[in-house]
Amino acid sequence: MNERAQLLLSLADDELIVGWRDSEWTGIAPTLEEDVAFSSIAQNEIGHARALYELAAAELGTDADALAFDRSPDEYRCAPLVELHLMEWAHTVARRYLYEEADRVRIEALKGSDDAELAGLAAKIDREEVYHRMHAELWAARLRDESRFRAATRELWPYALGVVPPELRDELARRVALEVVEARERGEHTPALAELWEEMTEVRRSVPGATW
Amino acid sequence: MTTDAVWAALADIPDPEIPVISLVDLGVIRDVAVDGRRVRVEFTPTFLGCPALEVMKRAMEAKVAELGGEPEVEVISDDSWSTDRISPEGREKLRAAGFAPPAPRAAGTTTLVQLQSKAFRCPYCGSTETKLENIFGPTPCRSIRWCESCRQPFEQFKTI
Repeated sequence: MNERAQLLLSLADDELIVGWRDSEWTGIAPTLEEDVAFSSIAQNEIGHARALYELAAAELGTDADALAFDRSPDEYRCAPLVELHLMEWAHTVARRYLYEEADRVRIEALKGSDDAELAGLAAKIDREEVYHRMHAELWAARLRDESRFRAATRELWPYALGVVPPELRDELARRVALEVVEARERGEHTPALAELWEEMTEVRRSVPGATW
Repeated sequence: MTTDAVWAALADIPDPEIPVISLVDLGVIRDVAVDGRRVRVEFTPTFLGCPALEVMKRAMEAKVAELGGEPEVEVISDDSWSTDRISPEGREKLRAAGFAPPAPRAAGTTTLVQLQSKAFRCPYCGSTETKLENIFGPTPCRSIRWCESCRQPFEQFKTI
């Protein structure tokens, strides 16, 4: 697989899996507003994943659904940050905040890419992400002095660094006012991904080619 | 078949989720090119996660086929669509249907400060005494606001 396809799949897998995790709050978030917010953010992130999978599919001669659902868990290229099953609010907000900051640094770099298709898509995604960042920033500002949130942010920080390539890590650290530490890199998945994959691909595996 | 005839036909397609406004009002059709029977439509989507995108694409294909053309709808995935592409007529239709139209995009990047500095008018009573209730709403393109004057919630089109 060429470098472009690898990059597109890393980006698409991050967005699909973080969107899946966000959607786990649908119906059970602490407030109705957050229920709506997490559901809407999940829908956007999965929409970004679809557009990225479509570019990857054109590169690889397949289709977006096959890339999203027909690979085995070890073929996914997502960062461990998005895989974690975090059904606790401080950790959930810490991940949203760190992921959005990492994604912002990454999208800014992609907007300047020589790859016109990817740069164009990054610019489109960036416009939608403005609203995710507003949401994450409001929560981070509200919880900044809470010990549970600070502990969750420290715990997830090495994972957040693993979302972006090494050359963007100083910039990410500057944005969130933390020190660069050893990153939890992409490549080795957490056990949480296999569990998520079982659930996410169940329909597709049970009824291949199902449409609705 | 002329490009004008195709544009006129596409102007009859309602937005699947907000049917008061047409796809042409919404600004999602970037270009139409006719070459014999072949009709190429450039479609620039709104929000990437919007489930209405497929419905819009199929409706455009059906409309072109009705005219006797062979449709080719090309999806443009760049940032060429923004809420500034909604026509003045479209904005008025949104307002009449109870949606506050999006604020214009200022030059440069959308920021929190810029968004909050805009006066959002209640589509029911016209008051600007309104506040943001939730950045997110029932679809990706909408936020929820509250009018302090007539004490009703209303939906605000997000600016992107």
